[in-house]
Amino acid sequence: MFDDFLLRAMIAGVGVAIIAAPLGCFIVWRRMAYFGATIAHSGLLGVAVGLLLAIDLTIGVIAVALALGAILTLLQRSTTLPQDTILGILAHVALAGGLIAASALGGTRFDLMGYLFGDILAVSERDILWIYGGGAAILAVTAWIWRPLLAISVHEELARAEGVNAARASAVFMLLLAFTVALAMKLVGILLIASLLVIPAAAARPFSSTPEKMAFIAAGLAGTSVIGGMAASLWLDTPAGPTIVMVMALIFLVSFLCGSLRGRR
Amino acid sequence: MARSKDKTESPLIKGEKLALTMGGRTVVEHVDIAISPGEIVTLIGPNGAGKTTLVRLLLGLVSPDEGVLSRAPGLTIGYVPQRFQLDATIPLTVERFLKLSSRGSENDMGALLEEVGAGHLKDAQVSTLSGGEFQRVVLAKALMGNPQLLVLDEPVQNVDFSGEAELYQLIETIRDTRGCGILLVSHNLHVVLGASDRVVCLNHHVCCSGVPETVAKHPEYERLFGTKAAQAFAIYSHHHDHEHGLSGEVEDGHGH
Repeated sequence: MFDDFLLRAMIAGVGVAIIAAPLGCFIVWRRMAYFGATIAHSGLLGVAVGLLLAIDLTIGVIAVALALGAILTLLQRSTTLPQDTILGILAHVALAGGLIAASALGGTRFDLMGYLFGDILAVSERDILWIYGGGAAILAVTAWIWRPLLAISVHEELARAEGVNAARASAVFMLLLAFTVALAMKLVGILLIASLLVIPAAAARPFSSTPEKMAFIAAGLAGTSVIGGMAASLWLDTPAGPTIVMVMALIFLVSFLCGSLRGRR
Repeated sequence: MARSKDKTESPLIKGEKLALTMGGRTVVEHVDIAISPGEIVTLIGPNGAGKTTLVRLLLGLVSPDEGVLSRAPGLTIGYVPQRFQLDATIPLTVERFLKLSSRGSENDMGALLEEVGAGHLKDAQVSTLSGGEFQRVVLAKALMGNPQLLVLDEPVQNVDFSGEAELYQLIETIRDTRGCGILLVSHNLHVVLGASDRVVCLNHHVCCSGVPETVAKHPEYERLFGTKAAQAFAIYSHHHDHEHGLSGEVEDGHGH
């Protein structure tokens, strides 16, 4: 009953959801939701830079995301401004820069709506290969960095005193985020990747007793949201990406109510 | 009371002429400090005297502007930080919290939790623990892998009064059974001094240091903490000699 393009879209979407979920848990634990959104927003500028320099777009996105991370780290060290203010500046500068570059390049070369909201129904088999190949690498690195990253998320100085290399763990985490955004934005769009990072992790929290369970539950909820959202968008004739976000929000609402009923664990 | 030490043993960690300036303020200057195996060194000083900064220097979390820090080769450190409250955002059972350490095996966990009196909390969520329970769990985590040096920064904060004495008792027992060196930071003078082998009194520089009795009589100590505190210690240290044999009773006296 499914057309091929729908099946491809679901396979790709579920893949992205599973890759993003464990990273999203760290974003929630480390109170970095705004950081995730900033990195996602910088993707637009990354695409523009890639087009302008005629290099691979994925490399452009990763380079801009990493540059943003470096600027953030530098600014944090040299000002007394709080992190969310610095992120607020960076996110909008990156977005504005991306929009200017997009208009300079012209609509024919730069599909702005496509990058913002993704075009999950246009996924090709090659894209799926990229997502699952790249995704396997991202998940493997996530598993490798899991313990030190979790330790510094719980208490950074305690972890460092015990010999955890906090700078390396943070840098790897930033790299993983940048890769995930680069991998996913063409398919699901900047706005969807930002919500795929945060909402499933938040929804998984009331049902989790350990960090690992939270990551698995978040991945499950995210995958379910993608499938449910695409089915709903087909049925209601609504755009796929935003419908997926709405289904995630619905799952979060149910989880929030369950959590409130059972009391905080 | 194992107060006599093998003085020939080389220190686990040693700072010489340590100095650190932060934001134009000299937080720590000309500090000499050393901790040897089996020794409890207590760092006391008024609020803002640079105690926690000195701890961070010794742990290697910040680098000194001046001075030399030497550690015994392959030194392992267990650390209980100050004012440590865990965020409920991260779901963590006590067991999983202990496993965050890269040191120690999972087999040690049960025994460690028993040792600190938190054996029944193994499956509890860390965010639901009381102040005293949580301090014990953090202490158990610090003990994972049997570190040579324990650094405890204000370990009895958030602990109610009866739990305080019990926790200090526990720290002494840990030193006696494991023979590790312990650096204890506190501004709770009278409870701490009795258990210490050496006291270092810090107010940006080292005001005075030595065995507790000497420090308590030192004019600098009196100036910092007032004559009353010095007298209170004299009374306490006398009291302590008698109380030591009755430690079982002290434990019985505590209950929930």
